[in-house]
Amino acid sequence: MSFYKSFIKLKFIAGLQYRFAAIAGICTQFFFGFIYIMVYNAFYENGGYNGISIESLISYIWLNQAFFSIVNLYYKDKEIINTIKNGNISYELTRPKNVFFMWYAKILGTRLSNVVTRFLPIILVSLILPKNYRLGMPSSLESFILFIITFILGIILVNLITTFYHVIMMKTLDERGVVGIFITIGDILSGLAVPLPLFPKFLQKVANLFPFRYIGDLPFRIYSGNISVTDGLKSILIQILWIIVIAILGYILSKKILKKVVVNGG
Amino acid sequence: MGWIVISGFFACEGSDYEMSFIKVEALNKSFKVVKKENGLINSIRSFFNRKYEVINAINNVSFSIEKGEVVGYIGPNGAGKSTTVKILSGILTPDSGTCKIGNYTPWLDREKYVKEIGVVFGQRSQLWWDIPATDTFDLLKEIYDINDEEFIKTKNELISTLNLKEIMNIPVRNLSLGQRMRLEIAASLIHSPKILFLDEPAIGLDAISKEIVRKFIKKINKEKNVTVILTTHDMNDIEALAKRIILIGKGRVLYDGTLKKLKNKYDNYKYITIYTKDKLIIRNKAIVSKEKLPNGYKIIINSKIINISDFLSIISKKVLIDDVEIENENVDSIIVKLYEEFGI
Repeated sequence: MSFYKSFIKLKFIAGLQYRFAAIAGICTQFFFGFIYIMVYNAFYENGGYNGISIESLISYIWLNQAFFSIVNLYYKDKEIINTIKNGNISYELTRPKNVFFMWYAKILGTRLSNVVTRFLPIILVSLILPKNYRLGMPSSLESFILFIITFILGIILVNLITTFYHVIMMKTLDERGVVGIFITIGDILSGLAVPLPLFPKFLQKVANLFPFRYIGDLPFRIYSGNISVTDGLKSILIQILWIIVIAILGYILSKKILKKVVVNGG
Repeated sequence: MGWIVISGFFACEGSDYEMSFIKVEALNKSFKVVKKENGLINSIRSFFNRKYEVINAINNVSFSIEKGEVVGYIGPNGAGKSTTVKILSGILTPDSGTCKIGNYTPWLDREKYVKEIGVVFGQRSQLWWDIPATDTFDLLKEIYDINDEEFIKTKNELISTLNLKEIMNIPVRNLSLGQRMRLEIAASLIHSPKILFLDEPAIGLDAISKEIVRKFIKKINKEKNVTVILTTHDMNDIEALAKRIILIGKGRVLYDGTLKKLKNKYDNYKYITIYTKDKLIIRNKAIVSKEKLPNGYKIIINSKIINISDFLSIISKKVLIDDVEIENENVDSIIVKLYEEFGI
């Protein structure tokens, strides 16, 4: 297991070299945060209650923006994609570890280093913004603790999903196509584009059937109290179930694809 | 009792000496490649209706290699060298055939088996681009579960023999190709493998780096009995390192034996330079070519038809020889002849 630690450490060291990327990321996240909140403020002035209060929604948006670099599904690991395209994957396959778990460690390391260099300024600033734009405090101590637990599980889950489609790329040799469709659907159902409580009822039910809403939607709504602690506790079980299912599927898929893998050139 | 002990002893001996360490039998691998003709219309047609072409990368390849051997695996571009190396290192699954290395079948026991091997792909990189190599080494330590003591010992050995001290702590992106290659080789050996696959390790190396790498390969082969399989286009590498070569062309094994034997068979052209002030007129069916130099003649003869001393005595009767130089054919041209003979 210590190779996970090493991967994360190394990726972290490598990630810290890119300060300007971090600053640019923070600016983008602020920009989107403000735009979203402005739109929803206007929307709520005429609408009223839509299954989530405007305060909870603003907290949801800021948490989403602060942790965007780790919860989004669009993440594509340039290094892994290059490895697949230029054949450096040969080296990955001469390691005595399963590719799925090795890549999981790589992706987790990169994304953790991204999020650690970005989230704090966004959280700190959004906590002291004027009332209509402010990130609220957690609704209770219990919900805060539950938020931490579900968020950690959410991070494990999102990185397993990300690794899963990187494994598919070994077969498709491309990050568009099948993988692109997969990511777009996942993004909609994760509630990170439009928060799930604003979805029509039937679409919410569909979202419940997929793992994507257990990434960010669940913890962020627990934080603001939109999902109660009792409901949240039940959802942890589903989170854990998805983690196990995707880990097993990814492992099997990687074994299957590796049997047919073709390494081009040289 | 005694009998059991003896049989146990023999079994132990047998596994070391009688059975080949690497045994490859009737290996086949073909690839399906999309067949595309150029031009827009053909591309559009191919978008809707893909045509595939099957390429036999290797065809019924068999050989066996003993522990501690250094084998040069040679052949022209596209002959199937890298495909063989990839199968032997567990990356590719062949269509048919068997391969036993120690007790493993590479593609079936990949995760266990690869602990025993080190692979260097000359045109690929395993070092992390934006961090110093020493960090990659630390990571490899964890990937291969090497204990601290062993790791430090091997690392220091590699640093001193491959001359890596100054380049260990510089981000890899800032290194030259030769420096990087030495680090790549070190990285492939950090877990003290029993077999080393070198797939074109000398690409782009300067003379000094080449020499360092060659010496190093000799050293680990001699001291640690590491089996080395080397593919290269640089015949000097082969001459310096491998006693035995396997020649492959169009996916088939064409020659398997010592380099010396090959040389004896093909090395019948001698390059003779004769320095003389006189005019030389000579006719002999052994002469392949004759060229006038400002201070003499350059003659290529076929030593199968006439031996050198006879030839020289003929010449010495005709002209006054100031000096003479005799050169053998180099290995490159032998290989070219071989390729020609096999039509590859």
